[in-house]
Amino acid sequence: MITLKVALTKTKEELAEIKSELENLAKASDLNAYIGFENSGEGVPILIKDNIQVNGWSVTSGSKILQGYIAPYDATVITKLKSSGMMAFGRSNMDEFAMGSTTESSFYGITKNPYDISRVPGGSSGGAAAAVGGGIAIAALGSDTGGSIRQPAAYCGCVGMKPTYGRVSRYGLAAYASSLDQIGPITQNVEDAAILYDIIKGHDPRDSTSADIEDSKTVINENRKLTIAVIDNYISEASSDIQKAYSDTIKALQDAGHTIVHKNMQNTKYDIATYYILATAEAATNLARFDGVRYGRRAEASNVSDLYYNTRSEGFGDEVKRRILLGNFVLSSGYYDAYYLKAQRVRHLIRDEFNTIFNEADLILSPVAPSVAPKIGAVHDPLEMYKSDMYTIAINLAGLPALSLPVAKDSDGMPIGLQLIAKAFDEQTLFDGAASMEKAVKYTK
Amino acid sequence: MRFETVIGLEVHVQLNTKSKIFCSCPTSFAEHQNTNTCPVCLALPGALPVLNLEAVKKAMLFGNAVNATVNQKSIFNRKSYFYPDSPMAYQISQFDIPIVEHGELFVDLEDGSSKRIGITRAHLEADAGKNIHDGSISKVDLNRAGTPLLEIVSEPEMRSSEEAVAYLRKLHSIVRYLDISDANMQEGSFRCDVNVSIRPEGQEEFGTRVEIKNINSFRFVAAAIAYEVARQTEAYEDGIYESEVYQETRLWDVAKNATKSMRGKEDSADYRYFPDPDLRPVLVSEEMMEEAKHIPELPDAKVARYIQELGIKKDDALVITALKEMAYYFEEMLKSNINPKSAVTWLTSELLGRLNKAGLDITASPVDAATIATLISKIESDAVSGKGAKDVLDYMMENDERNIDTIIDKLGLAQVSDDGAILAIIEAVLNDNQDKVNEYKSGKDKLFGFFVGETMKRSKGSANPAKVNALLKEKLS
Ligand SMILES: [Zn+2]
Repeated sequence: MITLKVALTKTKEELAEIKSELENLAKASDLNAYIGFENSGEGVPILIKDNIQVNGWSVTSGSKILQGYIAPYDATVITKLKSSGMMAFGRSNMDEFAMGSTTESSFYGITKNPYDISRVPGGSSGGAAAAVGGGIAIAALGSDTGGSIRQPAAYCGCVGMKPTYGRVSRYGLAAYASSLDQIGPITQNVEDAAILYDIIKGHDPRDSTSADIEDSKTVINENRKLTIAVIDNYISEASSDIQKAYSDTIKALQDAGHTIVHKNMQNTKYDIATYYILATAEAATNLARFDGVRYGRRAEASNVSDLYYNTRSEGFGDEVKRRILLGNFVLSSGYYDAYYLKAQRVRHLIRDEFNTIFNEADLILSPVAPSVAPKIGAVHDPLEMYKSDMYTIAINLAGLPALSLPVAKDSDGMPIGLQLIAKAFDEQTLFDGAASMEKAVKYTK
Repeated sequence: MRFETVIGLEVHVQLNTKSKIFCSCPTSFAEHQNTNTCPVCLALPGALPVLNLEAVKKAMLFGNAVNATVNQKSIFNRKSYFYPDSPMAYQISQFDIPIVEHGELFVDLEDGSSKRIGITRAHLEADAGKNIHDGSISKVDLNRAGTPLLEIVSEPEMRSSEEAVAYLRKLHSIVRYLDISDANMQEGSFRCDVNVSIRPEGQEEFGTRVEIKNINSFRFVAAAIAYEVARQTEAYEDGIYESEVYQETRLWDVAKNATKSMRGKEDSADYRYFPDPDLRPVLVSEEMMEEAKHIPELPDAKVARYIQELGIKKDDALVITALKEMAYYFEEMLKSNINPKSAVTWLTSELLGRLNKAGLDITASPVDAATIATLISKIESDAVSGKGAKDVLDYMMENDERNIDTIIDKLGLAQVSDDGAILAIIEAVLNDNQDKVNEYKSGKDKLFGFFVGETMKRSKGSANPAKVNALLKEKLS
């Protein structure tokens, strides 16, 4: 598929042709990456995750409970796309309410990995990554709460970028965990990611958590020599293929003239617990609005408590219910201090630890996931699934920008992605380092 | 055994901002249900709240008006509960750190004394919508959802329904003076919940607190407290206090003149408060902190000033300042440099009497302050008698003409104070009644009244009575 950069040079007629080609390819593929082929705006078609609001579209967060809901407004990122020569085209599949790492929990069925259809594409933005990695989308917008852009991008051999918390407006993104969610690009290469990022970023008065800070256009300088930290005590949990790709990449970065510094992180063992307490607390309240009263799918009921009970019992899948229960538990009186408040304190420690490393380094290099894409149905135990987020969630807790890009393939031909992490609001350095790394690792599709 | 009543009040004041607290929907009346709504106040997926600073300013004005601490940093929390009129299924409210804390106000009691009542806190929150029950169907109207509320919580320092009502009246008057709320109880922009408990006199420890909701007039507040105190006292005396009186929410039933239980005892709600991650902590700028200190003169200050500077009686000052509009009317009258005491009389007895009869309040008065002040100044300059002026006021209550001189002429009420003109009448009267003049001179003093009456009659009431008296005395001596 042509890159976003090239697509932006095409005429209206050429783009119309590309769009119908995309639709035909997607319908012919058995990936189940697209769950709709809606159009909004004019220009280069960008695939949209099913939790980003597009006026007039059925936007459902991959859930049964939102069947029948038509969004009456555009998310800020969609407005920005439309005023930059792009259009929203098609909805991509996702884990229900972005709660998952495999895109197996969608109301629309499982999405498959373009490199091996017996494997998952990762999640929750699995549809977007599978489409871009599978050559049936030019670029896509996903959302990342605990790795939901970076991990599927790594599994599907494409580039996924999570901006600094506050860089991209969340207005119009159906919330999973408000203090962690960010919209970001999934693209075929680093340059395209920077192009799409530049379009969607910026202060938005409709989002109170949007950062009102000065911001300039990204101009990638792949020749910048950077100091890159590697976390030595972090890597042992990863598979041997990932470990090998990691050390090869370190070597390639050194050869490209970057300085590598070795660091340890102390609090990584708390990442998962901290994340699942804070994310579920926020999610439990964010998802409380789906009550069958105003919109979406309403279950049969003869009184209001049955209406809530039946609508939510029938409308939500197991993983969503599990997280709502967990979130309500950690917020309930008697447990709040022990769980929620403590997790908030640990979150500060995690952020501090990253900042300490950034006193000496421009970037951190880390795996994205402990393994390549697992087989469909292989992850049964929710805790096992939560553990697979170990390399991505701390970045959300710290609010940092990070970019995942493919660096190698394992012996089965499955892509391996690694991520670079930058200081808050230093996306410029992130893209500089990523462009250099992309060139240094010589990954071929 | 004697009991002491302990009352605390929670008042929800709807702030009169133009738009809602977390979106830009208007707060004004909408003809159709669910029209003053948007993705934010409908809680659509992806919509986010943005705090309306007008609401913060109004809350801060209140804080300064009640000598409270205004917190430069405060936090909004999510308060979770499911109810159809609560679209997000959580209310955005303030919990640990409200915008206003530690205030006070002084209530005026009937015996002329005043009492300090502490204000624990005042916090900002979003109002809910309304559920409308229509037979077997329930409907939800979200026009009101997201209207800013200031919840003002008092200390449990009131000891009688008189004190509770006095507190509410003072609070009502303060928010009206500040112009932060319409504070209309019937329309629900000033709603109060009453917490009532009793304890044996002398006991330190509080009794069990019962909350009464849904009271929409001061009169019902007094009635609900009286009912609840009687119920709790009776339970105590009957030895069933523990089983009858428990922490619960009751409703005031207007038809039955009684409080009734709203939900069961088991149902204690866990609201699972936590800071709303969609809103950063509220950080008020120094400039805004300074701005919020500029508050208009409040009723207590006005009363003191009226007494000290204008020499008005305290009772009158309290009557005039109870309503902001009345005080402003009064002060408008004084701009015409009339005697403050005459202004009090003409406002509180003459004008208010006529307005009451017509079923109008001061804001709907057909006669404005400047006009009635002009009328008073005509009495002071002897251009019309006090009695004549009342006729002028009566006339204005019914007619549009507001030129006082024109009305005086029209009604023939011009007062003759010119000595010559009055003397001419007096001479004619004395000439025509020579016999009575003789009787008077031979000691029949009572006849003086006759001469005055006759003179006034011939002047068609237009002669200045004081002048008539003086001139007659002179002529007959
Ligand atoms: Zn609204």
